[in-house]
Amino acid sequence: MLIIDSLRVTYGGAVEAVRGVTMEVPDGKVVAVLGSNGAGKSTLLRTISGTLRLHRGRVDEGSVHFDGEALTGRDPGQIVRRGVVQVPEGRRIFGRLTVEENLRAGGMGNRDRAAKAAAHARVHDLFPVLAERSGQRAGLLSGGEQQMLAIGRALMASPKLLLLDEPSLGLAPRVIGQIGEVVAEINRQGTSVLLVEQNATMALGVADLAYVLDVGRVSLSGPAEELARTDEVQRLYLGHGDPGASGPVGRHSRRTLSRWTA
Amino acid sequence: MTQFLSLLLNGLSLGAIYALIALGFVIIFKASEVVSFTHGSLLLLGAYSIARLSEPLGFLLAVLVGLVVTALAAFLIERLIINRLRGAPVISLAIVTIGVDIILLTELIRRIGPDILNVPHPWGGESVRIGGIGITQNRLIAMIVAGVLIALFFVAFKYSSWGVAMRASAEDGETAALMGIRQGRVSALAWVVAGVLAGVAALFLVGSPTPGVSSAVYATALRAFPAAILGGLDSTGGALVGGLLIGLAESLAAGYQEQLLFLGRGFGEVVPYVVMIAVLLVRPSGLFGTKELTRV
Repeated sequence: MLIIDSLRVTYGGAVEAVRGVTMEVPDGKVVAVLGSNGAGKSTLLRTISGTLRLHRGRVDEGSVHFDGEALTGRDPGQIVRRGVVQVPEGRRIFGRLTVEENLRAGGMGNRDRAAKAAAHARVHDLFPVLAERSGQRAGLLSGGEQQMLAIGRALMASPKLLLLDEPSLGLAPRVIGQIGEVVAEINRQGTSVLLVEQNATMALGVADLAYVLDVGRVSLSGPAEELARTDEVQRLYLGHGDPGASGPVGRHSRRTLSRWTA
Repeated sequence: MTQFLSLLLNGLSLGAIYALIALGFVIIFKASEVVSFTHGSLLLLGAYSIARLSEPLGFLLAVLVGLVVTALAAFLIERLIINRLRGAPVISLAIVTIGVDIILLTELIRRIGPDILNVPHPWGGESVRIGGIGITQNRLIAMIVAGVLIALFFVAFKYSSWGVAMRASAEDGETAALMGIRQGRVSALAWVVAGVLAGVAALFLVGSPTPGVSSAVYATALRAFPAAILGGLDSTGGALVGGLLIGLAESLAAGYQEQLLFLGRGFGEVVPYVVMIAVLLVRPSGLFGTKELTRV
């Protein structure tokens, strides 16, 4: 179980990106984190995966624990070996490597040969297209295939908890639906998932629990189904609800966001 | 015709030695994002160690220890300096390596003095003839050893876990870190490999037809820089092609000196740089320097 306790993170000692966030990812669950740009979603993931330092960020207060062990202060390699693996935002596949080499790179932190072989079989099972294209340069895959490769690459480390940073970014609605199904399937196979998304429809569709982040704070949290029924989420993230109840800002958000659900 | 073939063969063998040096230069650039100017003095360190140690230890053992010394020096430079400066601007890092190079070079030149140290290669200074084409045994063995090492290197780079980790980390360091690939380890290993390759190059560069270890070896080693640059700084294949091209150009320019007199004496010495400039004018990122090939 992942426990984030009153976490405060700043960049360069000045910019406060996460301001006292408390959050849990219970074993075997899918937890969604919603929020617009600048809400602190990526910072949250960087803190968990140990890459905050590469962005000159610092944990000022609070802690992140996974299965009782502190993750803050550890390097990304140690965190991967403890079973927490992140799929970065924007996929970031290794474009000059082949599909198979990308998967190999994903398994580098996995010392257990048998586990690695099982993970490889599972990835090919989940994404048959990666098996078909194994010798191809990853940079030539389509956007949706690249996202599948990014997820498959992370699965090669046999994670207990998978962190997904906006997997729907820049993908067609139909492909987003597939990504949602994949997340649900990975979870069914026993991996907990922390899903950071702007696409609330997909995220709330697969999540058990959800949190809404607003300028570095948790503004709403609860079971995903209940959250999806609240006015705020309906209005800001799902693009329908009572139009009269929102001000000009709300209406503006609704118009831009309604495109996502089209 | 015989002269041409002979120059070709000698150029290739010299080029193979340059390729060894240039390969090290390229993998350091890929793994640590540093243009490392320490290579000239590392090479001289290898040559000096082998020469000094062959009296007490015998040739073979001296070569082994010499390679270890060179690799260790490269490792220490990476651990003690480059690794601690991660995130510094690329230019600063390059200047830092020039500083390290000058410090090491000054000490080596002080130790070598005006002498020419002899390396007692068991194959001596004899030449062999292959169908009328003459080449020194040293250069012939150099070509074979370099060929084997380069082939081994490419196989490892393509298929081993080290190679995959290295290429992944060179392409996107942060994402590689998210996979649990330790960048520090990848980088240190790249420097060690580069050190060994420079040491092997040193062993052959100071053999016949070169008289032995003197500070002039440093200038020879510097010609591997244009080899790496013209091949494309981030391309291992480019380093190989660049090395061979520079070796050939140098050998041909020296061989046809009489016909090239209008360019001035000693044109062979500068031809590597002339070739580099000519190539870069046409292809600014080098022959094989990659322009990103991706679909988003």
